Amino acid sequence: MSEEHYLELCENPVQFEHASSVNNVFFDEANKQVFAVRSGGATGVVVKGPDDKSSVAFRMDDKGEVKCIKFSIGNKILAVQRTSKSVDFINFIPDYPHTEFTQECKTKNANVLGFCWINWNEIVFITDQGIEFYQVFPDRRSLKLLKSQNINVNWYQYCPETAVILLSTTVQGNVLQPFAFKSGTMSKMSKFEIELPVVPKPAKLSLSERDIAMATIYGQLYVMYLKHHSRTANSPSAEVVLYHLPREGACKKSHVLKLNTTGKFALNIVDNLVVVHHQSSQTSLIFDINLKEPDSAVNTHQPVLPARSIHPYRIPLSGYLWYLQVKLPPTVNLLQDKGKLMDFLLRRRDCKMVILSVCSQILEGGEKGSLPIVATVFDKLNQVYKDYLEAEQSYTVAMESGPSRGSAAQKRPVRTQAVIDQSDMYTHVLSSFTEKKDISHKFIIAVLMEYIRSLNQFQITVQHYLYELVIKTLVQHNLFYMLHQFLQYHVLSDSKPLACLLLSLESTYPPAHQLSLDMLKRLSTANDEIVEVLLSKQQVLGALRFIRSVGGHDNVSARKFLDAARQTGDQMLFYTVFRSFQQRNQRLRGSPSFNPGMKPYCCSQMFTSALSRASTTLSHNFIVWLISFILYLSP
Amino acid sequence: MAFAGILNEADITAALAACQAADSFKHKDFFAKVGLTAKSPDDIKKAFAVIDQDKSGFIEEDELKLFLQNFSASARALTDGETKVFLKAGDSDGDGKIGVDAPESFCYKKFFQLCGLSSKTPKEIKDVFQILDEDNSGYIEESELKYFLQRFVPGARTLTEAETKTFISAADDDSDGRIGAEGTRHGNPTVLGAKEVQTQVTLMLMISPRMASGMQEKQYTPTLLSFFIYNPTFGPREGEEEKKILFYHPSDVEKNEKIRNVGLCEAIVQFTRTFCPTQPAKSLHTQKNRQFFFEPEDNFWIVMVVRNPMIEKPGKDGKPPTIEYQEEEILDTVYGAVVRQCYSMYKLFNGTFGRTMEAGGVELLTQKFEKFFCRYLQTLHLQFCDLLDVFGGISFFPLDKMTYLKIQSFVNRVEESLSLIKYTAFLYNDQLIWSGLEQDDMRILYKYLTTSLFPRHSEPELAGRDSPMRPEVAGNLLHYGRFLTGPTNLKDPEAKFRFPKIFVSAEDGYEELHLIVYKAMSAAACFMINASVELTRDFCEQLDALVGPQLTLLASDICEQFTINRRTSGPEKEPQFKFIYFNHMNLAEKSTIHMRKTASVCLTSVHPDLMKILGDINCDFARVDEDEEIIVKAMTDYWVVGKKSDQRELYVILNQKNANLIEVNEEVKRLCATQFNNIFFLD
Repeated sequence: MSEEHYLELCENPVQFEHASSVNNVFFDEANKQVFAVRSGGATGVVVKGPDDKSSVAFRMDDKGEVKCIKFSIGNKILAVQRTSKSVDFINFIPDYPHTEFTQECKTKNANVLGFCWINWNEIVFITDQGIEFYQVFPDRRSLKLLKSQNINVNWYQYCPETAVILLSTTVQGNVLQPFAFKSGTMSKMSKFEIELPVVPKPAKLSLSERDIAMATIYGQLYVMYLKHHSRTANSPSAEVVLYHLPREGACKKSHVLKLNTTGKFALNIVDNLVVVHHQSSQTSLIFDINLKEPDSAVNTHQPVLPARSIHPYRIPLSGYLWYLQVKLPPTVNLLQDKGKLMDFLLRRRDCKMVILSVCSQILEGGEKGSLPIVATVFDKLNQVYKDYLEAEQSYTVAMESGPSRGSAAQKRPVRTQAVIDQSDMYTHVLSSFTEKKDISHKFIIAVLMEYIRSLNQFQITVQHYLYELVIKTLVQHNLFYMLHQFLQYHVLSDSKPLACLLLSLESTYPPAHQLSLDMLKRLSTANDEIVEVLLSKQQVLGALRFIRSVGGHDNVSARKFLDAARQTGDQMLFYTVFRSFQQRNQRLRGSPSFNPGMKPYCCSQMFTSALSRASTTLSHNFIVWLISFILYLSP
Repeated sequence: MAFAGILNEADITAALAACQAADSFKHKDFFAKVGLTAKSPDDIKKAFAVIDQDKSGFIEEDELKLFLQNFSASARALTDGETKVFLKAGDSDGDGKIGVDAPESFCYKKFFQLCGLSSKTPKEIKDVFQILDEDNSGYIEESELKYFLQRFVPGARTLTEAETKTFISAADDDSDGRIGAEGTRHGNPTVLGAKEVQTQVTLMLMISPRMASGMQEKQYTPTLLSFFIYNPTFGPREGEEEKKILFYHPSDVEKNEKIRNVGLCEAIVQFTRTFCPTQPAKSLHTQKNRQFFFEPEDNFWIVMVVRNPMIEKPGKDGKPPTIEYQEEEILDTVYGAVVRQCYSMYKLFNGTFGRTMEAGGVELLTQKFEKFFCRYLQTLHLQFCDLLDVFGGISFFPLDKMTYLKIQSFVNRVEESLSLIKYTAFLYNDQLIWSGLEQDDMRILYKYLTTSLFPRHSEPELAGRDSPMRPEVAGNLLHYGRFLTGPTNLKDPEAKFRFPKIFVSAEDGYEELHLIVYKAMSAAACFMINASVELTRDFCEQLDALVGPQLTLLASDICEQFTINRRTSGPEKEPQFKFIYFNHMNLAEKSTIHMRKTASVCLTSVHPDLMKILGDINCDFARVDEDEEIIVKAMTDYWVVGKKSDQRELYVILNQKNANLIEVNEEVKRLCATQFNNIFFLD
C-alpha cells in the first residue's frame, strides 16, 4: 500500500559525483552543501547546495589530502583543513586577494578535530585540548583570536541554527559541555552528564559521537541521545532520550521516545518531528514531542504512527543527497483518533489542505464521525485560530501605542498554515457539505451549530456567511420555528446583511418581518432601514413615531413620508403627516412652509379639498379625544 | 381583651395593681393573683399563646417585657431586671426564651424577618395571605402551608411535617388545623406600639381579606356548571336525541335535561347561523350563566356552561339572602380560550375526534371522552382563568448565547446517538429553552408539562437528598436524572416501560409519539419517539446513562450562568409596575403579575378587577389590526396601560396615586426602554 508511506524522499535531490579514489565528498551541515573534491582540488571542486544558486565550482591547488572543507555563511570564505595542526583559508569575496592564508591552532601539541563557521567571518577551531574562537580578516589575510578555552575534547557536534557547539569531555565522554556563540562572544553553558546504561570498568570512552545528535525542535534546542538496549539494565528496548538545552539555566532530561525495538538506528528531524530509522526492519518511526500521551508517564512518548518504511525509491548509483519529507495525507488514515490527528496535523508545515480534507472526511465520507468527534476537531482548530487572532490583536495594539513603549520590538505574528479561519472552513468544507443531498439536514444543522458553538466558546466573532448558511439550510427544510428560536436567543448575531436576509424571507415566513425589525433596532445604526421597512409596509405613522423617538425627525426627508402617506389613499393620514412636518418646519425655521426644493405637490389646494372632505370625521374624532383626555386628567 | 374568657377581669386588675411599682413584679405572685396557677393545662396553653405575641412558640425576652400589657393595655412594661428573672424561671434550656426548642431548621419567624415581611403594611400582608390561600377558601390549610416556601421562590423545598405543624399551631388559635378568619377574633385587633406592629404582621397574614371587606357578603367565583360534547348528525330523528350526546358533565343530570340543554344549544347555533353562516354564535349570555360553543371539528360541538360570579347578601331582618349575579365580570375571550384548550389537550393525547371515529366509531369516542374529560375537567379552575389563558403563551428561559449553544449541542448529540428520538424539547424551571416540535404543538405540550406533569413531580426534588420522599435508586449517585414519565425506578425488575402517547402535527396529518420526560434537577428534557417503536428496558437504560450525567451537568451550568447574569444585571429594584407581555409571533409571554401557575392555582398579585380590565383591553386590541395604545384609570389608584405594536402586546399596571396621564405615559415609556430595549416596540 503506497498510500501508507508517510515518509518520502524529496523530488529533486542534490546530485554529485560519488566518492571514489580520486573524488572525496564532504557535507557541510551548516550550509547544506556537498563538496566533491577531485584530486585534492586540483582538478576541481564542485559544491552543490539545496538549490542551484548555492552551487559553486572552482579549482584550488592540491596541497595534500583534504580532511574537511566548508564555506563560511554566504560562501564568502572557504576554509580547508589539510593537516591536524592548521586550517587554510581562501577568499571568495570579489576584489579581495585570492591567495590562500593559513592559521595554526594556538595550543601547542593540540590536534585540530575540526572547525565550524559561526558567521561569515567567525570560525571556531575544535582541538582535542579545547576550542579557539577566531575572527577572520579576509582583506588582511589574517585571523584574530577572540577567545579560547582549554578543555579535553573527545569529539564535538555543532548545531548551526542555534550556533551551539557541544563537546564531549571526560574519559567516558558522557559529560557534555555546550558553548554558545553570538556576535563575537562565546559563552559557556552549563554542562551536563548523560546517564550511561552501563558504566564500563575500567573507564573508557563509552559515549559515541554517533549516538548523540543536536536538533532544534519547536524552536528549542535538544540533545538527543540514542540509548541502546542493554542486557544488564532493565530496558527491554532502545529509546531516544531528549535533553532540553535552554539558553539559560540547566539542561534537563525532558522526553523519552520509546522505540520498542532494538538494533541499529538513525535519527532525523523533519518538520519538528523526530524520525527514527530502524535499519534491520527498514522502517521509520516518527515522534512528536508536543503530542501529549494521556495514558503514559509524563514525557514518555510512543510513536505517533505505526512504523512504515520510507516511500520506495529507486536509487541510482551516482551520488545523491535527499531531503526527507513527511507526507501528511497517509497519516490521516493511520491515526484513528481524530483529536490526536488534529493535534499532530496542526503542528505540521503544509497542513492546511490536509486538515480541511480531514474535516470534510469526518463530515461527509463513509467514515462520518459522531458529533462529539466533530466538536473536538472544531475546538482544536479554533484554539489555534484564536491564538493567532489574539497575537495579531496584541501586535496591533502594540503598534498603535507606538514604538516608544514597546521596548522589545514585537514581531508580527506569523500566520502558519495551521490557522484555519472561518472563510477556509466555509469555502473548503461547510459550503459543499451543506449542499450534500445524502446527509440528513439534522446532521448538517447540528454540525453548523457545533462550529458556531466552538467559535463562540473561543470568543471569536462569527462571520455572517456562516449564519447565512444556517438560515439557508433551515429555510430549505422549512424549519422556520427552529430559526425563530435561534434568533430569539441571539445565537445568530445581529448584522445588517442578516436582517436583510430575514426581510427577504418574509413572504415564506411572515414572522421574519418582526425578527428583522428587532435586529435592525438592536443594531441602532439602521434607523434609516427601519423607516424604509415601515414605509414599505405603509406604516407611515409608525415610521414617523419611530424616527421621532430616535431623534431623527429633524433631518428626515419629508417627501418620503408624504409620498408613502399619499399612496395609502388615506387622506386623514396624509393630513396628519403633513401637519407633523409643518410643525417641524415651524420649529426649525420659524415657518411652516417647506423648502423651495420641495415639489409644490403639497400645495394647500390639495389640502383644502382633503380637509373639507375629512372635516366631519376630524371634528368628531377630535371631540371624542378631547373629552376622554379631560376625563383622564380630572382627579 | 386578650385574656377575656380565660381569666377573670377582676383578678387581672388586682394583680396588675400589686406590681405597679418598678421591680416589684414577681411572676409567681402575679400568676397566683391572676389565677393562672389554678387553671387547667389547656388554659395555660392559651395564656401562653397570648403572651407569645409573634406566635413563635416561644416567649422571647422582648415579649416578656410587655408581658403585663397582655393583661391590660395600659399596664407598664417590665424593667430589664424583672424580665431577666422571669425569663430565667421559665427558660429551662437557657436559650434566652421560654418554650420548647423545635428541632427543625425552618423558623417561620426568622424567615419573615429575613424576607422583610415583618415590616410590611397590612395591605401587603393581605396580598400575601391571598397568595398562600391557594384555593381561596379564606383559610390557609395545612397542605397549603406546606408549600409556603415555594410561594416565594418556585423550586424551594416544602416544609417538613413538623415545621408545618409548628407554624400552623403558632397562628391557629382555634386549633381547627388551619389559619384563618377565626384566628383573628382572638388576636388583639388594636395595634399598639412599634413592637406590636411587628408581631401584628404575623397575625395580619392570617386575616382573610374577604373578612376584612365585611363579614356579611359572600362572594362566589365563576364555576363550571356543565360541559358537554354533541354531534347533531348522530341522532337527527326524533326520539333518538340521546345519541347526539357524546359526553355530558356532570353525568348525574337527568337524561331529559341533558337532551333539553343540548337541544337548546343546537337551536341557538342554528338560529345564529342564519345571520352569519360562517361564524355562528360563540357564547350565550344569561343572567345566571354563560354558555360557550365551540366547533373544533365538523359537526362536533363542545359546550361549556359557566355560572356567573355572584354576591350573596344576607337578607335583613331574617329575610332570605339576596343573590346578585355579576354577569359582566367574566370575559368571553378567556373562557372561549379555555374551551379551545380543552380540545387541544384532548387532541394532544388522543388525536382528533375524526381519527377516533375512524378507529372505533362512536363507542370508542364516548369511551375516550369519558376517560379524558372526567379527569381533565377536575383540573379546570375557572376562577383563575385570565388573560394568560387567552394568550396560551410560552415562557422562555432567559439564557446567554454560550449556554444556549451548549444545550443545542447536547440535544444534537442525544438525537444522534439515540436515533429513535425524533423531537426534543428542553425546559428549565418550567420555562422553555428549546423546542424541536412545531410551535402549536409545543404550546399545548408546554401547557401540559408546566401545569400538570411538573407540579405532580416536584415533591421528591424539593425534599432533601436523604429524605424518604426521594425514591432511592441504588448506585445512581453519578447524576440526578430520572424519568418523569415511564419507569420511576429503572432497577425495579417489575418496572413498566410505557410512556404516554401524544399526537403532533406532521406533514401528512398527525403522528403519534411516545413522550419521555426526563429531568435532572431543574432541567427537563422531553424526548419524543415514534409510537410504532416499542420502548424497551435497554433503551431506557441507555438513555438514562447517556442523558443523566450530561443533563445534570447542564442543569448546574444553567443555574450558575443564570445567577451570574442576575448578579451582573444588578440588584433588581422593586418595580413600581407590573406587566404582562405577549408576542403572537413566537408565543413568548412574560408576566410579573402571575407569581406561579400550577395545575390547581394561578397566583396573581393584582386584584381581579384589574385583570378584567386587562382582558377588556385585549378584546379591544383583537378587534383591529393596527397598533394601538389604551390607557385606563381604574377605580382604585391604579393605571392600566395596554400597548400593541405589530404582533406584540404589553399590559402594564401602575400604582401611582395622583399621577396624571402624561406622567403615566412617561413611566410606560421608561419601562419599555429598560425592559424591552432589544426589540422593535413602537412607543
